[in-house]
Amino acid sequence: SHPPSRPSSRTARSPPMSILEYNGGCVLAMAGKNCVAIAGDTRLGIQNTTIACDANRIFKMEDRLFLGLTGLMSDITTLENTFKFKLNLYRMKEGRSVKPETFSALVSSTLYEKRFGPYFAEPVIAGLDKDNKPFLCSMDLLGCVAETTTFAVSGTCADSLFGTCETFYRPDLEPDQLFETISQSLLAALDRDCLSGWGAVVHVITPEGVTTKYLKARMD
Amino acid sequence: HPALPTSSLPPHPTMGESDYSFSLTTFSPSGKLVQIEYALNAVAAGATSLGIKAKNGIVLATEKRISSTLIDESTLHKISLITSNIGMVYSGMGPDSRVLVRKARKAAQAYYRIYKELMPVSQLVREVASVMQEFTQSGGVRPFGVSLLVCGLDDEGPHLYQVDPSGSYFAWKASAIGKNMVNAKTFLEKRYTEGMELEDAIHTAILTLKEGFEGQVTERNIEVGLVGEDRVFRALTPAEIKDYLGEVE
Repeated sequence: SHPPSRPSSRTARSPPMSILEYNGGCVLAMAGKNCVAIAGDTRLGIQNTTIACDANRIFKMEDRLFLGLTGLMSDITTLENTFKFKLNLYRMKEGRSVKPETFSALVSSTLYEKRFGPYFAEPVIAGLDKDNKPFLCSMDLLGCVAETTTFAVSGTCADSLFGTCETFYRPDLEPDQLFETISQSLLAALDRDCLSGWGAVVHVITPEGVTTKYLKARMD
Repeated sequence: HPALPTSSLPPHPTMGESDYSFSLTTFSPSGKLVQIEYALNAVAAGATSLGIKAKNGIVLATEKRISSTLIDESTLHKISLITSNIGMVYSGMGPDSRVLVRKARKAAQAYYRIYKELMPVSQLVREVASVMQEFTQSGGVRPFGVSLLVCGLDDEGPHLYQVDPSGSYFAWKASAIGKNMVNAKTFLEKRYTEGMELEDAIHTAILTLKEGFEGQVTERNIEVGLVGEDRVFRALTPAEIKDYLGEVE
């Protein structure tokens, strides 16, 4: 016998959106000469509706260490609070600030603890170690670390970000050049993603300090 | 009588937990915790142990007090490795020390699991001390009958800590615990110099042990452990101890 026929007036349905795409957003980090930069968009959406253009997903953990998170905003906020909590206790107990690679291990183990019910967030960590050498890594939602010396990406337009970074990146960029390069890499990918955009922020971290700039970009 | 099925019995309390909800360590009118005083007595009756911090490492040494020649002393290890760069020795009750060694090892591994970084010595000491303190306040347990000397080399340099049954800990340049601690510390005060080398510290440690030793010191009735700039803690073999004994003669 033949299978039951579907009503032909039924329109095709797209597959449900992944929970990691629900709020949209992207983060990108890049290394220069004794400096790192971390940038991201500031859109907060509920599926296709944009509800905020001032959402922050990049957080300062130490003077020269930043954590960027993409994915479900609820989990991003929870993780921001969790790591602030853990680092406050760490600083008080150990009497020192946390090193970038140690923080990355902490983030990884925190995520993997929830292996069978994970946080829907994918972090990017950017910082300078005590010798001002750049540290960069990204992780998946289960805590699998990918440490790089060039750039690290995450978000709904991660694939495009890989492409733009691969194209624009050069090693040993000075802070000003790094700012230009990371901004252009971000914007080129972001503008092609309907779930990312609506504002962009860039932090450039050097031994002297951190400069934060908001990019004037398309607000769509 | 048919035997009771074990599943219908209430679970047996594990170490550190007790059916007692009240502490057995209580204040005397003078403000002392007498149980801790008694624990310190148990330590003072134990074989002497000492530690010396050099500028490039730390050495631990202890008397292996063997009650009979029939005992196979090669199986007795008072000096324990906690992690690759941290070691520990005790004076007092051996069985109690083994519990703390196990807890210290686990704490160091748990730390590494989270941070992928070796636990700093001061942090480990704090953990162990905190366990010892718990046993002066938890219900139904007694304090540990040991004092510990913990040594290690980390990013901050060499460290030597003493931890007491109360849970207090002190950082030392050189110290001794156990039966002969008073004389040993007097000897160490005279012999210790700032910035001494690890090799000198080993000789001084052996000489200090010899001072209070009943009988002849041999490579089989003392134990020596050390960690140098390579950050690897290890116990010396009897053959190595024998060489050092020859050098201090």
